Amino acid sequence: MLRFALRRLALMVPVLFGLSVLLFAWVRALPGDPARSLLGERATPEAIVAVNEAYGFDQPLLQQYLTYVKALLQGDFGSSIQSGADVLTTFGDRFPATVELALTAMLFAIVVGVPLGYLAARNQGRLLDTAVVSGSLLGVATPVFFLAILLKLVFADWLGWLPTALRQDPRIDATHITNFYVLDGFLTREWDAAWDAMLHLALPAIALGTIPLAIIVRITRASVAEVLHEDYVRTAESKGLSRGTISRRHVLRNALLPVVTTIGLQAGLLLSGAVLTETVFGFNGIGSYLFQAISTRDFPVLQGFIIFIAVIYSLINLVVDLLYGVIDPRVRVS
Amino acid sequence: MSVTLPPAAGPVGTPGGDPAGAPGLVPDQPGVGLWRGAFRRLRRNPTAIAGAVIILLFVLVAVFAPLLTSYQPGAAEDAGKVTPLTVPGPSEDHWLGLDRYGSDMWTQLVYGARQSLLYGVVSTAIGLTLGAGLGAIAGGFGALGGRVGGWVDNAVMRFVDIMLSVPSLLLAVSIVAVLGQNAYAVMIAIGVAQVPIFARLLRGSMLSQGKADYVLAAGALGLRKRRIVAGHMVPNAIGPTIVQATLNLATAIIEVAALSYLGLGESDPAVAEWGRMLVAAQERFDSAARLALLPGFAIAITALGFTLLGEAMREALDPRTRR
Repeated sequence: MLRFALRRLALMVPVLFGLSVLLFAWVRALPGDPARSLLGERATPEAIVAVNEAYGFDQPLLQQYLTYVKALLQGDFGSSIQSGADVLTTFGDRFPATVELALTAMLFAIVVGVPLGYLAARNQGRLLDTAVVSGSLLGVATPVFFLAILLKLVFADWLGWLPTALRQDPRIDATHITNFYVLDGFLTREWDAAWDAMLHLALPAIALGTIPLAIIVRITRASVAEVLHEDYVRTAESKGLSRGTISRRHVLRNALLPVVTTIGLQAGLLLSGAVLTETVFGFNGIGSYLFQAISTRDFPVLQGFIIFIAVIYSLINLVVDLLYGVIDPRVRVS
Repeated sequence: MSVTLPPAAGPVGTPGGDPAGAPGLVPDQPGVGLWRGAFRRLRRNPTAIAGAVIILLFVLVAVFAPLLTSYQPGAAEDAGKVTPLTVPGPSEDHWLGLDRYGSDMWTQLVYGARQSLLYGVVSTAIGLTLGAGLGAIAGGFGALGGRVGGWVDNAVMRFVDIMLSVPSLLLAVSIVAVLGQNAYAVMIAIGVAQVPIFARLLRGSMLSQGKADYVLAAGALGLRKRRIVAGHMVPNAIGPTIVQATLNLATAIIEVAALSYLGLGESDPAVAEWGRMLVAAQERFDSAARLALLPGFAIAITALGFTLLGEAMREALDPRTRR
């Protein structure tokens, strides 16, 4: 298991190396002088000279690349053109919000999606199945930002049941330790703050979770339907095991493998979706930060983002592969 | 799928599985080729029909946009009627009302279909060409190239991994940043973001056919490897990739709108685009929700059409559903 994990971790190295080369090329391919594109239009000549020296833009390309990678490895992602704030620090501040949102969305997708998919497979061809399948197709086809707008319009603006924006009511003077607002509420025993943060999470999480939900439903349904026809399920039935035991031990355990892979593959989608969802709901995570960076062409922030997200994405895939080994003993052996 | 069909005679993955089928091999019992059999199943699948009808409508609206309205997109001929608080609703002249700039809403929607179709098709074509190209190289070398081939396969797929590790929207953003904000950049960006999925799919299905009898037979006949790959393996393996392309048209149309939503899409006000209509509508939610609902549903329904057809195609081509 450990060797498997190490091998997978080693496989990340060439990917990240390639990414750094591409990013290096990207920063240089940006329109205009790299220093100027890093600093923005209003940069003073002194600042440009300073950046040229700092990044070594006057040196040979290989040298430049090495300097660039060295800076990245030291966690120096530069600072935002707009605010001047250190990119990595801003990520650190805002990342918990996005993780909180993404986890809630995924939780919603899994908790609703797996049972629905299972029920649909058990009732194949019946009304429930048709409804679930149609619903999931519709879910995949609806743009995240449109769904977010719709939810906000109906549940926040018209019905007034849930808050329209932000992560927490600013009037609540909550203490923040980890910047995971719900967790903070629990840690400090400020229950109203935790509850308020949850209410603020509800709509964005549903919007963000809908596409993963639709995909999880379909994969679970297909996978359960396939497993139900397996010989070992028939054997279990003829042994007289109860339906519950068969479902848990034989059907679900085998059917969930593709589902776990799918959940891992959703990570990238969730991050893309978070940009749009957070923008609609004014949710202060890295998604809305990225949106600001896009609209102001804040290249250091964009670059930092790409690296950050690529690393996270690769790590999530690693975890998924390892989980696979935990669920399916066959993977461990091979 | 509860379709009762005569058993399809042409098995998947046989050398005769070319698009025209293999007619005339057994005169008294003509075989049904992979594609023809799939098409027959498609025609009887209500999901496929529903998808095809939506797509047909969408294409017709897009192509004949100028005939469906007497206004020009982005004309803002009634800008004076739009006040900070109200946007005129449906009237005799404008049956869907005006948008917030004073253009005819129906005109904007109809011309928006043109943009979505153009962007969706071009970007998916770019993604399919590049992705299938990379996939065919990786799959071909991986299946037939021996040790060196395995190395090429590996190199290509690691490159695809890199692309995959950057979320597609972010990839698109970076490409638009380099190429500048214009229609081509958006198409290329969305196309390139689709490359990994096509490359992986085609490579996967080609590798699984590497040991197939027909590949061995072609090799034994002394065909050159390039010809085996291009003439035999790719046509036999391309099915799932084509299905994916149909599904990707839906994603591409959504992603075009998403880029617009983020302010990276088409910026010419004379061009109607659904995503940008949504952005503009957001400020007028309370007074005129239809401004957001109409383009939103237009995107969703169009994407649904491609999704339905794509799913039905996947089912029709899947040998398991034929039992």
